[in-house]
Amino acid sequence: MCTTCGCGAGETRIEGGHAHMHRHADGTVHAHHHHHDHPHPHEDDRAPGHDDHDHHHHGPGGTIHYGRGPAGNSVPGLGQTRLVAIEADVLARNDALAAANRARLARARTLALNLVSSPGAGKTTLLVETLRRMAGVPVAVIEGDQETSTDAERIRAAGAPAVQVNTGKGCHLDAAMVGHALDHLPAVDGGVVFIENVGNLVCPAAFDLGESARVVIASVTEGEDKPLKYPGIFATADLLLVSKSDLLPHVDCDTELLIANARRVRPGLAVIRISARTGEGLEDWLAWIDAGRRMARLRG
Amino acid sequence: MHEMSLALALVGLVEERARGEGAARVLTVGVAVGRLGHVEPEALAFCLDGAARGTLVEGARFAIEERPGRAWCFDCAAEVGLDRRGAPCPGCGGHMLRVAGGEELRVTTMEIA
Repeated sequence: MCTTCGCGAGETRIEGGHAHMHRHADGTVHAHHHHHDHPHPHEDDRAPGHDDHDHHHHGPGGTIHYGRGPAGNSVPGLGQTRLVAIEADVLARNDALAAANRARLARARTLALNLVSSPGAGKTTLLVETLRRMAGVPVAVIEGDQETSTDAERIRAAGAPAVQVNTGKGCHLDAAMVGHALDHLPAVDGGVVFIENVGNLVCPAAFDLGESARVVIASVTEGEDKPLKYPGIFATADLLLVSKSDLLPHVDCDTELLIANARRVRPGLAVIRISARTGEGLEDWLAWIDAGRRMARLRG
Repeated sequence: MHEMSLALALVGLVEERARGEGAARVLTVGVAVGRLGHVEPEALAFCLDGAARGTLVEGARFAIEERPGRAWCFDCAAEVGLDRRGAPCPGCGGHMLRVAGGEELRVTTMEIA
């Protein structure tokens, strides 16, 4: 089971490096990094007596893989019981890693955008068109998907460096995955890192990645009630892109209602109607990105 | 289902604290889940038993307590209770609300042996 994203049974992979993390029975944790090029199926990697084992590693094309077996702890005899107050935030570890990512990006005066949507909202198509129009700006892309490196390949074909994170059965990116992916991307001082999250309107909401802003993309084909059905992700967004606006003549979507619904869960949410196909809204979107870059430069 | 990742993080956190206390076993774990957070308590409960397997926390009872949602209403200029995101202000029926509490996922206590 993946430690950072427990949904999968050790199937998260990031392109571009190799690290193993081990937790021993005494609770100590250590990690070591090394690189190798051969495919490395997870199931074959578990040595007997080595169950408590976290790792992520590279598959074909340099993909990294996370995994964890069940912790094997012995339970000595019981003593007296005690009640201990803890008051600890379960997401504290992710949040600390996110803070580290954020500090690292701030030092490089880099704008980092976490793009979230349901599957098929048009994130990658929009991103490819965006990158095409950002020629000359330093950019890098982190692509999150359960499987395949199709999206990273599309981004690379568009001329931008990209690293694919495969989450296996995992349903979202987390701060550790993004930190590791950043290790494998060129620095883009003064530029933009786009993080295309796993297509999912639920789980990514809970995980801070260290991004500067969260952009939620809802396509007109999804209808106007998405913000009310999945309020968590809209409530944490800084910008709503209403995508595939070129399809409006063909679908029953009241975009005014979609936007009003989004603003019910996120008052004052900025909105851009956008179409990668016709170019509608792209100028506003690029201006929004540019304003963010300027803010990142002022902070850095 | 992100509740599984959160359950694993929660069990890891409890196990770490329990070890620090020199515990041999964890009997109960108190968990506070905010109504406006990103966690479904039933899904979390379902995942916790599995996540605890093979750890000091295996077999522990998880006492999950829901915490109410709270929001600041800009129109009422007051803090109000809020059951779910997107719901109107119970005072004025408006939506100019900023969530002010009830998003947490916290471990509050553990009973150890």
